[in-house]
Amino acid sequence: MQNQTQHPTQPLWLRITHWINALAIVIMVTSGWQIYNASPLFQALTFPSAVTLGGWLGAATEWHFAGMWLLVVNYVVYVGMNVATGRLRRRLFPLSVKTLVKDANAALRGKLGHDDLAHYNAVQKLAYLAVIVDLAIVILSGLVVWKSVQFPVLRTLMGGYDNARVVHFLGMSFLVVFFVVHVAMVALVPRSLVLMIRGR
Amino acid sequence: MPFNLSRSRPDAELIIKDAATELKAPARRLFGKRILSLGGLAMLSGCSITDDKSVNAMLRTMSRFNDNVQALLFDPNALAPTYPESMITRPFPFNAFYDIDEVPQVDPSGYTLAIGGLVNGKRVWTLDELHAMPQESQITRHICIEGWSAIGRWGGVRFAHFLARAGADTSAKYVAFHCSDNYSTSIDMPTALHAQTQLTLTYDGQTLPPKYGFPMKLRMPTKLGYKNPKHIVAITVTNEYPGGYWENQGYNWFGGS
Repeated sequence: MQNQTQHPTQPLWLRITHWINALAIVIMVTSGWQIYNASPLFQALTFPSAVTLGGWLGAATEWHFAGMWLLVVNYVVYVGMNVATGRLRRRLFPLSVKTLVKDANAALRGKLGHDDLAHYNAVQKLAYLAVIVDLAIVILSGLVVWKSVQFPVLRTLMGGYDNARVVHFLGMSFLVVFFVVHVAMVALVPRSLVLMIRGR
Repeated sequence: MPFNLSRSRPDAELIIKDAATELKAPARRLFGKRILSLGGLAMLSGCSITDDKSVNAMLRTMSRFNDNVQALLFDPNALAPTYPESMITRPFPFNAFYDIDEVPQVDPSGYTLAIGGLVNGKRVWTLDELHAMPQESQITRHICIEGWSAIGRWGGVRFAHFLARAGADTSAKYVAFHCSDNYSTSIDMPTALHAQTQLTLTYDGQTLPPKYGFPMKLRMPTKLGYKNPKHIVAITVTNEYPGGYWENQGYNWFGGS
C-alpha cells in the first residue's frame, strides 16, 4: 500500500495526457484520412467517408491544423512528465531481447499474465516505447509536409517533401495498428481500463 | 483468451464504493452540484460541443492563430529549393476550381494590369512594359494543398521590383489579387517581397499558356498552390483583410509551405 502513495500505478498527469492523446489521435487520423483522399498516395487505397472527419478537404485541414496543437502540446507534457518523474525509466526499462522473446512467445500462446498491472511485460514496454517514437516521427514528418520550405533540416532528414508524405503515412499506419491491438488488449484485460480512469 | 467476467464485476463494485465514500464529504457534493449547474448553463448558452456554429468558430480561430504562427516562422531569407531542368514534371498538371475547357481566354491586345490601393506610382501596366523589366527564372516545386506536387519552370518579373516601380507602400499588410476567372486571393507583405515571389509571364521558356494562367500569375514557392493566383487582372495594396476564394470557404489564409 505504501508503494501506491509513492507511485500510483497510473498518476493523474498520466491519465489526463493519455485521454487527451486518444482524442487528439482520433481527430488527427480521421481528418488526415480526409486530406489523403484528396490525392491518394496509393491509388488502390482511399478511406470511406464514414470514417473521415471534415466532409471535404477544407474542413479536414481546419481540423488537422487545430488538432495538431492539442496533440503536440499534450505529447510534450506527457514525455516531459515521464522523464521528470522518472516514470519512463521505471516502467519502460530495462528492456532485454531475451525477455522480449520469452514474453512474446507467451503472449502468442495466450499465457502472458496480467496479475500485476503496475509492471509492464517486455512486449508492452516495446510497444509503448515504439508508439512514443512513432508519434515523434509522425509529428516531425507532418511539419515537413506542412512547411517544407521553412523546415529545411527536417526536410532533408525526411528525404524531401514527397518522401515526407510517405513517412507521415507509414507513421500513421503504425499508430492505427497500435490502436487496434491496444484496444483489443484492453478488452481482454478490462481492469487496465479501470486503472487508466481511476489510477489504482 | 476467454473474457473473464468474474474479475470485472468486483471492479464495478469497487468504483461505486469509492464514489459513495468520496461523495459523503459535503464539500465534494457541493462541488459536484456546482459543476452540474455550470454545465447546464453552458448548454443553455448554446456552448455545447455538438453545436456546429461554435465548433466552426473554434476552427476558424485556430486557423487565424496558425496565420500568426506562420508569420513568425516565415524566414524572408530562406529560399525554396530549386531543381535541375531534368526534374521538371512533364506534362505539368492543370488544376483549378473548374474544368480545363472553362479556362479563360484573355485577349492580350486589350489587356492591362491594374494596381491600386496604397500605391503612389503608375497604376496601369501593359504586357510590353512588364516584359521590359528585368526577367528572372526559377525551377521550383509547386505544392498543392491536396498533397501532390510538381516541379516547373516559371519566368517573369520579381514581384518586389514591380511593387517598387509602382510605388507601393511596402509597410502595408496585404496584397490582394483579382483574376479574370473570378478567382481571388491575398498574401502578406513579407511574402510579396520575398526574392522568389514572381509576377510570371512565361512557363518553361514559352509565353504562359491559358491553362497555366495567361496573361500572368503570381508564383510563390513559399506558399501552397491555391495561393498562387492565375489570370491576374488587378492588384490591390491594402491594410484591410481581403480574404480570397478558398480562404473564405475555410482554407488557411497564410497557406505557407
